Amino acid sequence: MRLLIGLLLAFAVAASVGLGSTLFALRDGTPFGAFVVGAWTSWPRTGTSDIDPYARALVARSGELPMGAGDGIAFVASKDDKGAPLDGRCDVSVTGVTPQARFWTLTLYEPDGKMVGNALDRHGFTSQEIVRNSEGLIDIAVAPRARSGNWLPTGGVNRYILVMRFYDSPISAASRTGRETPMPSIKVTKCP
Amino acid sequence: MIRWFLWLLAGLLLGGIVHFVTILYLPNTATQNAYTKIAAIAPINKVIPLPAPTADKAVVPLMDPAFAAAVCRYDLKESPLKLTTPVSPAYTSVTFYTNKDIAYYAINDRAAGRRTIELDLMTSAQRAELPDDEEIAAADRLIVESPTQTGLIVLRALAPEPGMMPAAVSALSGARCEPVTP
Repeated sequence: MRLLIGLLLAFAVAASVGLGSTLFALRDGTPFGAFVVGAWTSWPRTGTSDIDPYARALVARSGELPMGAGDGIAFVASKDDKGAPLDGRCDVSVTGVTPQARFWTLTLYEPDGKMVGNALDRHGFTSQEIVRNSEGLIDIAVAPRARSGNWLPTGGVNRYILVMRFYDSPISAASRTGRETPMPSIKVTKCP
Repeated sequence: MIRWFLWLLAGLLLGGIVHFVTILYLPNTATQNAYTKIAAIAPINKVIPLPAPTADKAVVPLMDPAFAAAVCRYDLKESPLKLTTPVSPAYTSVTFYTNKDIAYYAINDRAAGRRTIELDLMTSAQRAELPDDEEIAAADRLIVESPTQTGLIVLRALAPEPGMMPAAVSALSGARCEPVTP
């Protein structure tokens, strides 16, 4: 009897710990090889055959096509500089310098990768469309209601992520210091 | 007391094994991965345009809306494949994926250095079969080795502004992927 209870306990612990930790590990992106600059995270090895098993599982589950390393590199931000999750009802400012690249695009998605509907049908900006300020810095207002300048509509969703993709850029998988890749800051300016 | 602790420990160890096995096995059980979704709309060894993503509908998540995209779902069972694509005005890239959506190779228009991107895709076995003299002449050709027999070639052309999307779509419409007839 004791043996049976012991076995059941072991299996119950195994199942809950094993499956629970799997789900937990797949929630925020692979724990390996993340390259973090401020609020932005990128996984350079995910675009190569060196992709680790966690990232492989994530790619299989999300159904996305990762960006190849020879194409460029993608940075994802789901929280602002202070660590608060990005909320579509607030006004958020993406400002600052961008790393060197032939082109970049900034796109807004819901956390599962769907684009958000809005009246302008605008889901992102390319580096060529952006109007820079007098110091040559970018200033994008990510907000639910119209703003002057570069306005990226959020459609009022509760949570969103920003994906900034750099195409034909010298940021390589070997980049380790944040200095070579200055990323824009993400600040909440106003919340209702 | 120790007994229960040992059972708990065994459970934790087993849990660790369960964790690793599920992580490693997940890609094999994925029925909603990008390859499966694209295979449902794309014929073998032919370039077709991918519908642009909208808020309601997108073939795969996280597509970049500033790009026109086309895909060639390849199967190298019969023979290697030859891919040619014109280069679009702003930026063009070609990314190769295995049937598990691993991007094993990508090239853009600057790395290819020409007005068209032209390359041969083959398995390692097919590459080994290339006649020796052809291998030397092939030093001029771009040969990409696919780790799997099937996979995807995704072509992407940037439209720097929405008004330039027709030019990007038109550039990709000239892309071809064809089996190389020996």
